[in-house]
Amino acid sequence: MIKIENLSKYYKSLKAVDGLSLHVKPGELFAFLGPNGAGKTTTIRIMTGLTRRTAGSVSLNGIEVGPKSVAARKQCGLVPQAINLDRELSVYENLTIHGRLFRMGRIERKQRIDELLDYVEMGDRKESLIKNLSGGMKRRVMIARALLHSPAILFLDEPTVGLDPAIRRKIWALIKKIQQRGTTVFLTTHYIEEAEFLADRVAFIDKGKIITVDTPRNLMESIGSWAIDRFVDDDMKPQYFASRKEANDFIATQSESFTLRRVNLEDAFLSLTGKKVGKDHS
Amino acid sequence: MIHGMLAVYSREMMILRRRLTRQIPSWSVSPLLYLVAFGYAMGRHVAVDGHTYMEFLIPGLVAMASMVQAYGISSEINIARFYWHIFEEIQAAPVSDTAYVAGEVLAGMTRAFLAVCIILVFGFLFGVKQSYPPLFFVAILMNSFVFASLAVAMAMLVKSHADQSLVSNFVITPMAFLGGTFFPLHSLPVWAQKTLYFLPLTHASKAIRAASYGQTPAAVSFAVLAGVGLTFFSMAVFFVSKAKD
Ligand SMILES: Nc1ncnc2c1ncn2[C@@H]1O[C@H](COP(=O)(O)OP(=O)(O)OP(=O)(O)O)[C@@H](O)[C@H]1O
Ligand SMILES: [Mg+2]
Repeated sequence: MIKIENLSKYYKSLKAVDGLSLHVKPGELFAFLGPNGAGKTTTIRIMTGLTRRTAGSVSLNGIEVGPKSVAARKQCGLVPQAINLDRELSVYENLTIHGRLFRMGRIERKQRIDELLDYVEMGDRKESLIKNLSGGMKRRVMIARALLHSPAILFLDEPTVGLDPAIRRKIWALIKKIQQRGTTVFLTTHYIEEAEFLADRVAFIDKGKIITVDTPRNLMESIGSWAIDRFVDDDMKPQYFASRKEANDFIATQSESFTLRRVNLEDAFLSLTGKKVGKDHS
Repeated sequence: MIHGMLAVYSREMMILRRRLTRQIPSWSVSPLLYLVAFGYAMGRHVAVDGHTYMEFLIPGLVAMASMVQAYGISSEINIARFYWHIFEEIQAAPVSDTAYVAGEVLAGMTRAFLAVCIILVFGFLFGVKQSYPPLFFVAILMNSFVFASLAVAMAMLVKSHADQSLVSNFVITPMAFLGGTFFPLHSLPVWAQKTLYFLPLTHASKAIRAASYGQTPAAVSFAVLAGVGLTFFSMAVFFVSKAKD
């Protein structure tokens, strides 16, 4: 479905993407997890034809991606990191423009718009101006817009950034639903639980390179199942254990008390890269 | 190509329709001021080439407004690109760079044409005698094509809003005053006339004025506008493709 081979993108001497290779299977929900500036957005922009690559190749559904490849663009739906709706226009008008840009006929367009707005639970806000919508509503409109032309692959660049936890879960449910209808989903995030909850497979990315790719479960199990957080030199140093018993045995030998918790993806990321994923992983 | 162009154009028209009640007054103010100040108050006793100053001024204002309004899309595109990120939505769609430029240019020409209509209404209300042969409108459309194309090229080239006003202040505004809009160029020294002859607006105002006097405009004016317009248009397409860094 998505085949990335040796992809690089240099901005002068800065290697935003550095020799990245990746295969995403059809129908998979794949997550890119990495800190700010890791190269997540740049990779998505190259896959969707928005940015020229320096080297390497990308193909979607067997179609080679390039800045001029119209056929590849029809395969992709893109929900970019920044809100990019026309604020002065209504929800319906924004979607209409998208449908026209993708050469959808009038009747098909109207039908799909109504269907998708109901799907993202925005059917009653059709005539609202974008500037009067909340952040979560705008995200949902953007998702509906990206799905309008029935793309094979949906790219979501940090789809829940800046949203409150309840709305975030609502968007997660929506993304799951989209995958279940057969769309391949590629998303980037620096929210640990987002990747953990949603993704079939996760790639850890840092400094433009993929550190490892696996299912969230395998990534977590690679370091252990249980963890305790210890303070060493003013810094949090988690320690991992294969079993609960092993952890408890360790705690028994210590004078301080610890809280035992399950290992999460953050731990896996931390132990593989030596750094935390996001500034806010609440 | 046609589909993409119309999609881009229809977006601009949706926005224009929502803004129209604010746009029309703003398009009216400056021509009205020029007409009252220069045409009515000062120019009543002045004759230029056997025409009243009002008759001379209106085609000049038409040329100027079609340039300024067509060029006006530049800052709109720039804001949509860097501030609202709308450009990405279009770039991610199966629309060629040429279709994108054509759609935006057509939108600029539409704006220019509406602004011109307002001036013509004022001319009529002031009781100015004019004729409107087809070539009058051809010249207006070609002039707005030139500056709408320049606008798209500049919107791609310029990185910020501050640079944007630099271009307007050093290119568009001087041209608005010197391109044969407010005074006949033959009252200037020969070297100045020769220099101004290279400005597209000079040819636009000459052609528009000649047509409004009921004369046949010079073919060379149309040739210059077409040449400059196609050059700017190609530049715009090139810069759009460059925008994918
Ligand atoms: N147009 C550009 N010109 C120069 N450098 C750029 C450009 N776009 C991105 N970069 C740089 O490339 C690197 C990767 O950026 P990118 O936006 O892909 O990161 P990201 O993983 O999406 O980060 P975030 O989580 O903050 O969105 C960063 O160092 C960034 O500064
Ligand atoms: Mg990003």
